[in-house]
Order: sequence, then C-alpha cells, then structure tokens
Amino acid sequence: MNFEPLFKPRSMAVIGVSLTNDRHPANVIYNKTHLRYPIRVYPVNPRGGVLQRETVYRSIGALPEAVDHAVIAARAEFVPEIVAECIAAGVGGATVISGGFAERQRDDLQQRIATMAREAAFPLVGPNCLGIYVPSVLDTFFLPTERLVRPEPGRVALVSQSGGVLVDQMVKFAGQGVGLSMAVSIGNKAVIREIELLRYLLDDSATSVIAFYVEGFGRGEGRQFVLEAAQSCKPVVILKAGKSHQGSRAVSSHTASLAGNYAVFSQVMAQHGIVEAKNELELVAFCESLSCYQNTVEGRVGIITISGGHGALASDACVQQNLMVPPLSESDRSTIRANLAPRLAAIAGFDNPIDMTGSAVDDDFFAAANSLAQISDIDCILLLLLPYSPGITADLGARLSQVQRQSGKPLVAYVPHVEKYRMLIEGFELNRIPVSSSIEGAVLMVAALRRCRPC
Amino acid sequence: MLKKKIDHIIQQSQTHGWVMEPDAKTLLMAAGLPVAAFTRAKDERQATAFAEKIGYPVVAKVISRQIVHKSEVGGVIVGIETPQALKAAHARFKGLPGFEGMLVEQMLSGVEIIAGAVMDPQFGPTVLLGIGGTGVELYNDTTLRMAPLTESDAKAMLGGLRGGCLLMGYRGGPAVDMAALVSFMLKFSELTLYLNSRIESMDLNPVICSSNGCQISDARIILAAE
Repeated sequence: MNFEPLFKPRSMAVIGVSLTNDRHPANVIYNKTHLRYPIRVYPVNPRGGVLQRETVYRSIGALPEAVDHAVIAARAEFVPEIVAECIAAGVGGATVISGGFAERQRDDLQQRIATMAREAAFPLVGPNCLGIYVPSVLDTFFLPTERLVRPEPGRVALVSQSGGVLVDQMVKFAGQGVGLSMAVSIGNKAVIREIELLRYLLDDSATSVIAFYVEGFGRGEGRQFVLEAAQSCKPVVILKAGKSHQGSRAVSSHTASLAGNYAVFSQVMAQHGIVEAKNELELVAFCESLSCYQNTVEGRVGIITISGGHGALASDACVQQNLMVPPLSESDRSTIRANLAPRLAAIAGFDNPIDMTGSAVDDDFFAAANSLAQISDIDCILLLLLPYSPGITADLGARLSQVQRQSGKPLVAYVPHVEKYRMLIEGFELNRIPVSSSIEGAVLMVAALRRCRPC
Repeated sequence: MLKKKIDHIIQQSQTHGWVMEPDAKTLLMAAGLPVAAFTRAKDERQATAFAEKIGYPVVAKVISRQIVHKSEVGGVIVGIETPQALKAAHARFKGLPGFEGMLVEQMLSGVEIIAGAVMDPQFGPTVLLGIGGTGVELYNDTTLRMAPLTESDAKAMLGGLRGGCLLMGYRGGPAVDMAALVSFMLKFSELTLYLNSRIESMDLNPVICSSNGCQISDARIILAAE
C-alpha cells in the first residue's frame, strides 16, 4: 500500500459537498483545502451544479484528473459504491469521514469497503473518523480552521482511535510547544490500523516519535503491534483508554482473574520497550522529551535549582518515578564551588540538588550545568529555572542548550509557561531542549528517557 | 516436549472442558516441567503403599470432575503423617461429589508461587508469575509477560514482584534456586505457546520453590470453549 498520495496529496476530491449547507462537514473540508492548502481540490455531488463559482462534479469519474486523495463524507449506505468508483478511477487513497458503520452495527457496510480496499491495495482511513492533519500539507478535519488549535510542524506523529481525543491532544501539544509531523484519526480502522501507520511512520523521515491513543486492539492485533514496535528504532508512546474495564471473563482460574485486560496491556507494553503514558500529562511530556532525545538513560539526575523548595519537590517527584538523585562526591562539590562566582560559595548548596539561590546569574548556571555534565555518575540534568530571579536573562535557554550539545547529556528544564518568559523558553525549545510548565512534567520528561528502549 | 502425549491429554479432556489435576500433571511432565512425586490411588491400599514408598508426610487430594476448586470443599488434606490418617482422608473424600479416586503426593516445603497462563484477546499467549498459594488473589503480587519469554524477561519478572525478597532468602531463610526458577518459567512459556488457543487458562498453583528447585504441587488447565 502506497501512503504517499494519502498523506501528501497534490490533488483532492471532496465527495458529498452540500450545495445548500456551507456548514456540512464536506464543505468545511473543501473550503479549508481550497483556501489554505497547496492542493487542487474538486467538489463532488451526484446532483452537480456550482459551489462558490466552481463546478461541482457528479462523480469521481467525471473529474479532469485521477486525484491523489478522496475525502468521502456521504451517507454510509452510498460509501461502498463510492469507494469502488475511486478505485476504478485510479484515486490514490481515501479518508472516509462518514459514520454509520461498525459503530452502528453496520459491520456489513464496513466489511464491504474493507474487502474492496484491501484487494486493490487502496489505502483508506476510517470510516467514522476525522482523518488526517499534516501541518502545511493536508487537513481533512471537518472542524473550521479558526476553531482548531494547530501545533507547529514538529517531530511527533500522533495516531488516535478517537477524533475528539486527537483534537484535544493537539491543543495540549500546542500549549506545551510540542510540534507534530502528522496527526491521524483512524476511527473504526477498517483498513488502516495502528500497525500500518507504525510501519509507515518508522520510515517517515519527518517523524522521530510515534504516539498512539488506543482504546483496544482486535483479536491478536496487539501481539503483532508490540512485536513490530519492539524492533522500532523510534520511540513509541501509547496512551490506553478503558483501564478500569475488567471484561466479563469467567473466574474459573486464578490466572484469568489476576490477568485483567489492562494489567496485561500495561506489562506487555513495558516488556516491549513501548513507553506507556498513564494520562494526558504524561503523553505530552513523554512525546516532547523523546522528540529531543532518543538515548536511554539509567536515570541518575543532577538537579540545578534557584529555590530549595523546588529542589525538594523535584527530588520527591524523581523518587516517585524511580529516578535517582545521587549525592555528589566531595571533589565534585568543590569543583562546582570553584566554578561559580565567589559570592555564591558561602550561600549556595552544593549537594544534589544544587541550590544556586536567587543571587546566581547566567554565568553561574552555565558553569554549574557544565560541571554536572562532566560527572560520570550523573546521566541527565534537570534545571528548575524561575525567571522571577533578577540574575536570569532571556538568553539563558539558548546558552544552556550548548551544554547538552557539547556533552551529549540530556538536559530538561522547568520554566513557568508565562507569555513574558517566552524568549527564555524558546531559547531552550528551538535548540531541542524540552521545557515543561511544571516540575512534575519535567521529571516525567526524564522518566521517559529511562523507560524508552529504542533499538 | 512430548507433543503427542500432550495432544492426547488435551483431546481426552475436551468433553469436560478442563484437564483434571492428575492428567494436567502428566501433561506438564511431558512438557519437561518438574512435578512433585504423586500417584493416582484407586483405593486405600494403593494410597498407603505409595506413601510408604515416598515417605510421610504426604498430601491427599480428591479426584473429581465435578470439583474445580478442591480446597473450597475440603478436598485437600496436607501434612498426613500416618497410614491411619491417610485412610481417614480416603474415607472422607468418598463422600464428595463425583469421587473418582485419591491423589497422594509428596509434601514439600518452600516458597509457594503461582505460574499461570492466559490467552489474552489482544496479545495471545501470556504468562503470569506471582506469590502464590491460596492467598494469591489477596496479595495480588503478580507480574505478566507476553509469551515467549526471553531469559531476561524471566529475570525481570522475578525482580518485578514485591514479594521477590521471599525468593532471595527473606530473614535468614534459604534462597530459592533462581536458575531453576528461570528455566522453569522458560519451559512453561514454551508450553503456553505450544498449547496456545487450545486453552483458555492454566494455573500451576502452588509451585513450591526452595534451594532444591521448583516442583509443581497443583495444576489445572481450562480448555478453550470449542
């Protein structure tokens, strides 16, 4: 199956546009594609006519070219015939937005489109989905552009069984400054499932982290997915819904009652090096961190803070995540002390966490981070930066990022996400240093590096 | 692994949906797993003769197709020290529903663990290891992996138990033979993969582990609904 026309189309048909209702999902998709994307787009409706001074074509076969991508938003009972026409017309792939299939007990309709598509090696997303969003390339979401929060182009691909969750995650990713290479809502996943997208994204040079929101795998589908994900050289992150559902297994054996669906899911993910996010906060933190770093750490964290309280909270959060905050040797402490401005020697704390106090300036942070990076017992540095402190300038983010590039040791920062600190935050993020808006989030970013086991 | 023997036992048990303890143990032995010495005694005489041979104390268990959970109906008696007590156990079991005979087994001491298998709908053959015995659900100290296990999976499972310290020799107790336990789990995973969708679940509970290795003391295999 060739996914290129589907994900990078140069031409598109929107099937099922309304001539009277401009808020119809097909019209929303037609309008945004027509106005905002470099795609030749054709409206299709069997009644023909004119839409916004453009010809409405009566069928896919009537178009002047075989388009790369067809968005199908017609009533479910018409979809099998439309899919057949698309295949016959040489269309590259389709997104079926329409609902009314397996989720409404019309497995027969879904089966028909799935069989046709598979036989013709015709890539088809959906049905019952929002479809595909590729920044600056494609957007089949039937949500008006002005209503969407669109993350920047980036390195994370997000695949979701639920369209609603996908859109909501995009808001959160945008809020944390995590960029997306692609977002796909797979809906009923009649043809393209998680496994097909995993394979595609492993080869996609724009993607370095592959994240999934999963409600459940079909029979045996989970086994194939984890076996292939375990071979993956890119981090795979997964968020599972339905953790509390125990199913209705007979309790004829101890093992059956102890091995609940979620218990198996969670441990099988860990067994195969797939990073399971327990909630949305973890999903965003893990994706941001793993899009910057793909090397595993053991989790021996060196913490630099300007407040003792933040250092203590971060240490607690590290312990909770099974990360270590090792004490520093006497010689390491005196090296760090010697590298800082003399006025700090008497007031700063040189245990791990290193408490720089509010008197520290950029040079001191840079020196402390450099010293920590030289210590072999520390494999990751956590910076707790509170820009209320007058010694911290907006340039510190970009400057500290050099420490990571020089030493290769992952650096993670906590900076309150307030608009006036934007330049400090961007100084980190544009130089591929992940920044969280909370201490907990920053610690999760480190935890992701310990849990990830790419090849 | 003696596949023909295993297949035969599964075939024979198909009619009642599960493999009874003596047959399950024979199957496990055919798979190369260590099982505590046992016999299926038809009468008192066979029971006492076997007990003399292996030495007291012994365990006696009822054999009945109608009883899935034996200890819940008083169908298991442990620590039998004399022929008289063994005969009394036999007399008692006769009154239980579906009595077919009595299983007499070597009494072992050590840490009780559970090794289990389940056919997960999403991931297929999956194995479980836990701190076992009758309190297994109470402790809920278990760890799961998709089969087949690698050696490092098996070791990670042992490390993942909260009660893992019991195996390492808790408070001066002797440590369990870890190499034997790892090889036990690997063989069990191989069997689980072989049985695959023919079974629904498998309980080896308890498996008694000590410095002398691991021995299966009780086993039950629930077959998949056809």
